[in-house]
Amino acid sequence: MSGFSAFRLLREALRGQSGWGPQWRSPEQPQPAYDVVIIGGGGHGLATAYYLAKEHRVGRIAVLEKGWIGGGNTGRNTTIIRSNYLFPESAALYDHAVQLWEGLSQELNYNVMFSPRGVLMLAHNVHDEQSFRRHVHANRLAGVDNEWLDAEACRAFCPPLDIAQQRYPVLGGALQRRGGVARHDAVAWGYARAASALGVDIIQNCEVTGISRGADGAVNSLATTKGEIRVGKVGVVAAGSTSLVMAMAGVRMPLESFPLQALVSEPVKPVFPCVVMSNTVHAYISQSDKGELVIGAGTDQYPSYSQAGGVQILSHTLEAICELFPMFRRMRMLRSWGGIVDTTSDRSPIIGLTPVPGLFVNCGWGTGGFKATPGSGHVFAATIARAEPHPIAAPFSLDRFATGRLIDEAAAAAVAH
Amino acid sequence: MVLIHCPWCGDRAELEFRHCGEAHLVRPADPAALDDAQWAEYLAFRDNPRGWARERWRHVHGCGRFFNALRHTLTDRFAATYKPGEAWPEPPA
Repeated sequence: MSGFSAFRLLREALRGQSGWGPQWRSPEQPQPAYDVVIIGGGGHGLATAYYLAKEHRVGRIAVLEKGWIGGGNTGRNTTIIRSNYLFPESAALYDHAVQLWEGLSQELNYNVMFSPRGVLMLAHNVHDEQSFRRHVHANRLAGVDNEWLDAEACRAFCPPLDIAQQRYPVLGGALQRRGGVARHDAVAWGYARAASALGVDIIQNCEVTGISRGADGAVNSLATTKGEIRVGKVGVVAAGSTSLVMAMAGVRMPLESFPLQALVSEPVKPVFPCVVMSNTVHAYISQSDKGELVIGAGTDQYPSYSQAGGVQILSHTLEAICELFPMFRRMRMLRSWGGIVDTTSDRSPIIGLTPVPGLFVNCGWGTGGFKATPGSGHVFAATIARAEPHPIAAPFSLDRFATGRLIDEAAAAAVAH
Repeated sequence: MVLIHCPWCGDRAELEFRHCGEAHLVRPADPAALDDAQWAEYLAFRDNPRGWARERWRHVHGCGRFFNALRHTLTDRFAATYKPGEAWPEPPA
């Protein structure tokens, strides 16, 4: 496997594109033993494996994926990237990710199509406005860009937005210009390719069915559908299925899993220049480079593992989209889907050590994990390698539910991600 | 949208109800006697099963009363709903 370059693109153009091979190794069978095994081959798991291989000397690494890489929430989200969270701990974590996003295509030699086109969060009432202005001030104190736009400035930034309609009046919005979108599949593929080049084994169609612990209590082997694997350390990055995987090691988690839905329209020419989110009416929208409008809806009200949600949730979101952007009333929707998101009671993730020696967990990203992919993998890799929390990850420990040091982004109106 | 059988009102649309989390959680009689980990267990840690789940629901846009339900979290099928204080039914085979 060789790198991508303008010269290589030109050469392949002249050779009928016949020289491209597989971009990563995907061995059918795992080795009998690894020093570190990551359970879950989504963006976060692959990023973790990549940074482990690149920045830490931990020996042999494998990523085990029940289905195919990037087939879970990595391929099901609305690809929004931003870091304008209220609390300093969150802003540090998500801004760490944004900084990595900015150089990620070069880092991986793979075009993840990161497009910082700006994320505009709309305020529809006085409470929204006060809350967002507070976010703007908190973000600027934390060194994260965020600015307040009045209604006219919102329309200038996003011309399709109807600020005069009566149903959901727009009082203004908070704009993070460094925010934007990226190509979700390319993130999984880029990390897989770069990790594979550094020697990481990516084992697909390999479900973990049991976690064994030795006499000292530490994890020592995994039972999988492709045989038993002896392990030194295990990182669980299984999103909606985290409770089920952790239960195999006898660990209960403060998580509940919900379906979160999204949908895309038929592709049209470029009409939508940015990302617009409305927490109050729970709709968010951007346009992919393929031309589809990408629309995010809310979670269902009850836990489910069905990867499909209630139709009334989608219809509520589309009503809001049609009110805010009347020009989209005649757009046809192509498809909708659900992903299973693992939520914590404070809506902040859990990254760190567990009561079981050698077992680490990265979960609880809820409805907004995609944006954190590079940062999450980077700090989790350091946490696994050193067996102590990375400074940015430290506040997001599992024991915060016992100490009471919650990072309550749920109360900070981060309804939508 | 699913139909949910309220033990008092009968079959109603899902929109009339609110899900209220895992059922049969009992508040510790003497919270001061617990350590932090035990209190966290009560407050935040949940079974989150894939399969049959025992849940608390409230008919919030109806009679307003709480009840419990046995629901499958992959199919959303309700096997039973029952009044508070009643023993939970066994999941279907």
